[in-house]
Amino acid sequence: MALDSKIPKGPLADKWTNHKNTINLVNPANKRLIDVIVVGTGLAGGSAAATLAELGYNVKAFCFQDSPRRAHSIAAQGGINAAKNYQGDGDSTYRLFYDTVKGGDYRSREANVYRLAEVSANIIDQCVAQGVPFAREYGGLLDNRSFGGVLVSRTFYAAGQTGQQLLLGAYSAMNRQIGRGKIKMYNRHEMLDVVIVDGKARGIITRNLVTGEIERHSAHAVVLGTGGYGNVFFLSTNAMGSNVTAAWKAHKRGAYFANPCYTQIHPTCIPVSGDHQSKLTLMSESLRNDGRIWVPKHKKDVEAIRAGKLKPTQLAEEDRDYYLERRYPAFGNLVPRDVASRAAKERCDAGYGVNATGEAVYLDFASAFMRYGKEQAHVKGLDENDEALVKQLGQEVVKTKYGNLFQMYEKIVDQNPYETPMMIYPAVHYTMGGVWVDYNLQTTVPGLYCIGEANFSDHGANRLGASALMQGLADGYFVLPYTIGDYLADDIRTGPIPTDTPEFETAEKEVRANIEHLINNNGTKSVDHFHKRLGKIMWNKCGMARNAQDLKSAITEIAELRAEFWKEVRVPGTADEFNEELAKASRVADFLELGELFAKDALLREESAGGHFREEYQTPEGEAMRRKEFQFVSAWEYKGEPKDAVLHKEDLVYENIEVKERSYK
Amino acid sequence: MNLTLKIWRQKNANDKGKMVDYKINDVSPDMSFLEMLDVLNDQLINEGDEPVAFDHDCREGICGMCSLYINGEAHGPDRGITTCQLHMRKFKDGDTIYIEPFRAKAFPVIKDLVVDRSAFDRIQHAGGFISVNTSGNTIDANAIPVNKHDADDAFSAATCIGCGACVATCKNSSAMLFVGAKVSQFALLPQGKVEATDRVLNMVKQMDDEGFGNCTNTGACEVECPKGISLENIARMNSEYIKASLKG
Amino acid sequence: MSGILNSSIGRKFAMALSALFLMFFILQHFAINILSVFSPDLFNEVSHFMGTNPLVQFALQPVLIFGVVFHFVMGFILEIKNTKARQISYAKNNGAANSTWMSRNMIWSGGFILVFLIIHFIDFWIPELNVKYVQGDMSGQLPNGDFRYYEELVHKFVPIWRVALYCLGFVFLSLHLLHGFDSAFQSVGANNKYTRGIKGLGKAYAILIPLGFIFIAVFHHFNH
Repeated sequence: MALDSKIPKGPLADKWTNHKNTINLVNPANKRLIDVIVVGTGLAGGSAAATLAELGYNVKAFCFQDSPRRAHSIAAQGGINAAKNYQGDGDSTYRLFYDTVKGGDYRSREANVYRLAEVSANIIDQCVAQGVPFAREYGGLLDNRSFGGVLVSRTFYAAGQTGQQLLLGAYSAMNRQIGRGKIKMYNRHEMLDVVIVDGKARGIITRNLVTGEIERHSAHAVVLGTGGYGNVFFLSTNAMGSNVTAAWKAHKRGAYFANPCYTQIHPTCIPVSGDHQSKLTLMSESLRNDGRIWVPKHKKDVEAIRAGKLKPTQLAEEDRDYYLERRYPAFGNLVPRDVASRAAKERCDAGYGVNATGEAVYLDFASAFMRYGKEQAHVKGLDENDEALVKQLGQEVVKTKYGNLFQMYEKIVDQNPYETPMMIYPAVHYTMGGVWVDYNLQTTVPGLYCIGEANFSDHGANRLGASALMQGLADGYFVLPYTIGDYLADDIRTGPIPTDTPEFETAEKEVRANIEHLINNNGTKSVDHFHKRLGKIMWNKCGMARNAQDLKSAITEIAELRAEFWKEVRVPGTADEFNEELAKASRVADFLELGELFAKDALLREESAGGHFREEYQTPEGEAMRRKEFQFVSAWEYKGEPKDAVLHKEDLVYENIEVKERSYK
Repeated sequence: MNLTLKIWRQKNANDKGKMVDYKINDVSPDMSFLEMLDVLNDQLINEGDEPVAFDHDCREGICGMCSLYINGEAHGPDRGITTCQLHMRKFKDGDTIYIEPFRAKAFPVIKDLVVDRSAFDRIQHAGGFISVNTSGNTIDANAIPVNKHDADDAFSAATCIGCGACVATCKNSSAMLFVGAKVSQFALLPQGKVEATDRVLNMVKQMDDEGFGNCTNTGACEVECPKGISLENIARMNSEYIKASLKG
Repeated sequence: MSGILNSSIGRKFAMALSALFLMFFILQHFAINILSVFSPDLFNEVSHFMGTNPLVQFALQPVLIFGVVFHFVMGFILEIKNTKARQISYAKNNGAANSTWMSRNMIWSGGFILVFLIIHFIDFWIPELNVKYVQGDMSGQLPNGDFRYYEELVHKFVPIWRVALYCLGFVFLSLHLLHGFDSAFQSVGANNKYTRGIKGLGKAYAILIPLGFIFIAVFHHFNH
């Protein structure tokens, strides 16, 4: 099947408006006759479910957590971008579009990104109307801050808990519809398959995680907003339950999976402390607004610090290497995430890491304390030369901006970041790749839609900070609810979809067989054992820097590990009860397939772009080397085993933006 | 560290349940509390036992999924954190640690340490929202300036993660800190004032119907709340409710 | 408005209102009693006025009785309901980590106060009713023509057991007020910039007023 991205004709700025004006709509009376399933209740799924219900569709929403409010969007810290230009610093829709395409290393679709930038301003209006308490200035108007990879301040935020506030906004919109009976909410339910009837997605099979019951749910369309697959690395900043299962099952039922190798490794996470580690914690990118990243200039200082003989605060300015400021004077500490992560890895690989494992760099707020403190002292008419006072005043300012992050750091590391610089190291954070969708956010399976992080669409090879929230809400509030109408307009006379058909029967049977296999396997090793081993392979061979040899061995190793998993995994308990090990086992089984496709995709892409860095393809200065012949989306079609997946290319055409060397120097 | 754990085990909602003792050795002080339980579970699985079920997800203190009543306190002895942020350095070698589910009639146990907190969701369905359609056709976000003090207070109330520690820790199993936070967030913002009357009446009614106890102002909830939600929110809800009752 | 007493907040609001009323009553009661230390004559006059004025006797007194009964009955109802809200108690609960003993034990301090009040009623109030309304002697005078109030008061505090009981009763009242004072303000929705002041005032009230009552009892015991 040829890939048709269905990008509307016409000038870039008019595409979305024209498209909305010409697509089919479903009249309000008929919407009542149509059911839509939304899987996942994060920013994308939650906002989509609420909006579809408001429009009049009957929505069934599913999440594996105990409440929709717990979806992992809640952990997003820093902010949400919008081209509001409230700061009057030259921002515009085009500039947001440009920054996003450039930030994604020219590997995203122009039309989608432009639409994203276009609706971004609406998101802020919408959220404020819903009661999302964004940070404000003393005049009562909204405040902004700056994020990596851009030269304007367009990020709206709510302290370090923006994702939480936005998700609670979407959740409140859902609550209103749940209260009205327009959304039927299924908590603690995991989707285990998509049901295809006559080539169209017509339902899902779920497992009730409390009772173990396998259920059939039908609808006229199915929307997946199930998030990313960063947990294929075992250690990531994702929630423990974040998984690829819904997306992967969709892939197995015919949805192409695009760019699986594009993974964002976030530069500012708390370093790994030991083998017991179950997850990694992100320190918001917003910290790079005020924190300066450095390692010692000299090896002897590194050794002294590691041995505990020297404190970082004792090291003189001239003995410190602010390597981001040195290498990228224009953007400094605010280079995009992929660039910052690789630079940290480069320094640590060269032996300058500052903790016992050699995998940490400093994020230092000392100069921010003084800068803010001086400002405060001046405003309050106090002595600007009193260093202790200035420092204290500055710390108070920083506390109001990032207090929760500093507290989080202190609780985990047991060091006071107001007194000593934070230690950070890159960690897997976000996956730009995902289910392939067209301009309407429809996958290659008719009636199956995919939104938010779960799809591949808007961020290319690297996502800019504060853009994930923007995309999730844009898809859910403003894009999908329109485009899905075009498809559903044909379904007004279909009537309810029965669940007693052979298609549902077969899908349920397969799900049951899978579960029974896992439960009755009686192997010798726990699910986590396999997950951790998979994570090690992924991190070592498909991590921040990749090469052909490693990727090839990763492919074989993952395939072997998968075989071993099915033979040796042990899942205690039974299928018809609350059984977390069983839920984990079926998620890890899918990661074990995805991991191989990931490596295969990375091997194919013989270039470096954004989050994908191939050691063979770098400039003499060690920067990513993009190659014209790889200016395409790789969309993989499932053919049984990951190794047999068939590649389909969607060429990326840039008509409104000049593809340039991506430079932040 | 070597520890003795006394953990509540309950097969399902209908099982009677009991405290069971476990020994765990070589616990690193840098582990989080849940990582310690992961290690215990791995040990149990390898011994052919059933692992202990407990709720958790983000493991960075924001999703509100994790719970646990540890040594007689919700989210354990540390302050301003959830159980997933509690680290073993807070305990000493040889300690005995009691681990129980959050207890309240409105939070029935599902299994072991996992409880059903959907009562919170139902309270929110009753009025935890501002009735505005998500069409995006609203006024410009800066059209209504909001006094920074009110905006900050609304934000502080809105940081509630809905974990239920307030209910678990309250001697009366009262949910007023949770509901007060939600009522306050909207009552403080101009957008939320329009339906403030109905909101507080409906949410409080649902709260009462769920079987939560009444507040006697012990203040325990505020102390144990991982997000430091202030008692002021309960006071605000009280006055909002009384005003609404007199009006309505 | 209807059914407000069926709601949790309505009930706690009513508890708080009755508490505020009772606290005002105690203050007034104290103000009169302390007169006995400084001026027996003034004490006699005020007592006579309070004991015979129809407005006080037939309007304020029933309200007071209603307030007292309501506060106790509602207190017990709420306690029972609150206990029911948790059916299995914790194997280990560290209440001291997050709240005061007083706040967690209002039912006990309140219960002891009730016991004290019953004794107090039998001891002071029922004899009063007997003299005034059964025997119909509204004169408030002793056979010698002096007012009887001061004499009776002093006489009551002669036995040490009554003084001890009195002291114990007021210790419990103090414990009750140490939580109850600012709790009442919180319940009626007053938690704002004055809260710190209210808390301070509450502490002072909860300690000084009961201490004052105890002082009166002890003073008369040793000075009769």
